[in-house]
Amino acid sequence: MARSIVQEFTKGLWAEVPPFRLVLGLCPTLAVTKSVENGIGMGVATTFVLVCSNVLVSSLRKVIPAKVRIACYIVIIATFVTVVELVMQAYTYPLFLKLGIFIPLIVVNCIVLGRSEAFASKNGIFRSLLDGLGMGIGFTLALSALAAVRELLGTGDLTIWEKPIQVFGPSYQPFSFMVEAPGAFVALGLMLCLMNMVGKK
Amino acid sequence: MREMIKMLIVLTVLATVSGGLLAAVRESTKEQIEVQVLEFVKGPAIRSILEGATNDPIVDRFQLKDGDAERTFFVGVIDGEPRAVTFETSGKGYGGDVGLMVGIDTTDDKLVGVGVTTHGETPGMGAKAKTDPSFVAQFKGLALKDPIKVTGDGGSINAISGATMTSRAVCGATNEAAALYEKLKPQLTEKLKEFKK
Repeated sequence: MARSIVQEFTKGLWAEVPPFRLVLGLCPTLAVTKSVENGIGMGVATTFVLVCSNVLVSSLRKVIPAKVRIACYIVIIATFVTVVELVMQAYTYPLFLKLGIFIPLIVVNCIVLGRSEAFASKNGIFRSLLDGLGMGIGFTLALSALAAVRELLGTGDLTIWEKPIQVFGPSYQPFSFMVEAPGAFVALGLMLCLMNMVGKK
Repeated sequence: MREMIKMLIVLTVLATVSGGLLAAVRESTKEQIEVQVLEFVKGPAIRSILEGATNDPIVDRFQLKDGDAERTFFVGVIDGEPRAVTFETSGKGYGGDVGLMVGIDTTDDKLVGVGVTTHGETPGMGAKAKTDPSFVAQFKGLALKDPIKVTGDGGSINAISGATMTSRAVCGATNEAAALYEKLKPQLTEKLKEFKK
């Protein structure tokens, strides 16, 4: 299963895109995809944590004893998550308020720990960096796509940088089920179905 | 045994480095976070009170000691003079404390305006104190020397229908602000002079 360097990056974008193919990290996928803005914010925060923790875990992989590796990974991940949380509070406070508890919950996001354990602890620094970057961007795109579907059907608008753009015009009756919690499951299910249909060939 | 020691050392070093890094990040973002909280939690109320101010009240702020507590005051420059101060007090509402930003004109000791910041009142009833501007508009221009009360208690403020408790809380918080203002007035006028440019 030797992959080229380019494949290391691109696998996260399509072949192993986290929420839809690996089916990992579903908690934020379901919870924050009420608007595209939230989706992108969550995606970018997770990407930062993924890249940093992957690089650090990979560079320390020969030092960390196997028996306490999970504890070490969690310390590393939690540190970066807290950094993200503080920086978001300082510079993007409204977004921080909207994402709320889901920022600290990146610590227990399966994608981050999963990539550390399954990839970064066995591969070199550069490959781990590309893997983290690819997975992070894939995750961001997946969240944005799901959020776009939900926000568009649920409110008829697409909000980008706090400016709502009316896509369907003022006469559209919002299908508000889609922005509520059950709508998240339905939208995710349809998305998974679509991905499988396209991927099957 | 050696493995055990290695495990200990690695985890300890990792946790220490992480702690140090976080302390550094926290220290460097602390001020910025404070500004953001002011801007988004208290900012809207302050700005609506000091509508005619030509400065940025969130930047022009200072702190004074009131007993053990530190209170933050926001200065409003109106007609070229730093004459208005706003600060936060609270009153007991139906669903806990109602935070109130109170603006006072120091030249004539009258209210510039009040605005609710944080509350746990019932939506559609007490919460109107924050969402319905006509209620807080009644406080504008009232003199501080008489206690402010709702009409039911013999005052001049029309209570929000169905939310007498909330209306009383807002009046109470205003009176508390008046008492505090009376107490700190010498220090306040001293501080305000510094903002004169």
